[in-house]
Amino acid sequence: MTVTTDRPAAEAVLLSEGHDGPAPEAEIVTDLLRRALPVVPAPIVIGAIVAGTDGALSAGVGVALVFANFIAAAASLAWAARINLGVLMGVSLFGYLLRISAMFGAVFLLRDLDWIHVGVLGCTIVVMHLGLLAWELKYVSASLAHPALKPSKTKEPAA
Amino acid sequence: MITDSGLAALTYGLGAIGPGIGIGYLVGQSVQAMARQPEAAGMVRTTMFLGIAFVEALALIGFVVFFLAG
Repeated sequence: MTVTTDRPAAEAVLLSEGHDGPAPEAEIVTDLLRRALPVVPAPIVIGAIVAGTDGALSAGVGVALVFANFIAAAASLAWAARINLGVLMGVSLFGYLLRISAMFGAVFLLRDLDWIHVGVLGCTIVVMHLGLLAWELKYVSASLAHPALKPSKTKEPAA
Repeated sequence: MITDSGLAALTYGLGAIGPGIGIGYLVGQSVQAMARQPEAAGMVRTTMFLGIAFVEALALIGFVVFFLAG
């Protein structure tokens, strides 16, 4: 492919190929969900305390929405990164629009149901989203921003 | 005449512009970093993904406030 422009940075992006290998986004989300599963009962119990069965169900729906949002973001970015950096840029921006619209639409449709407590649902979405990210950030920053490079607890035998 | 819910929706729409600009800037800089230094793409993508998720939280807070206020 021959592309000539007077802007080297733009040319580099146009010529760039997708990145093969394991997707960091997928690794982060897998790690995040693995760490999140043990704490999932906590928001459900808090929801139950605040608003009874409706609160517990709402918290459960909120947790599911947050998980779905993370998985959709990671899957779309990992798919786009394999193609081209330009596609990655487009998918990132339109993905944001689509995911936020989908979340808004889901809560908009759910809020009229009898068993949904909007306060618990909304608070669960925000707290779980930020809490899981902050929790994951702790591990990512401890491993130089790449989850695959985490130091293992077991010592490697000397060569 | 604009109703309260209409005003809340309008305000949320305006509020969602901020995270949009943030994600655009963040991804643009990340793409530039990956184009300049492809061997660091894994680290850049990791940081980019976490950044996108944090910026998205602003939009999530916006629509949760919209539903709580509505």
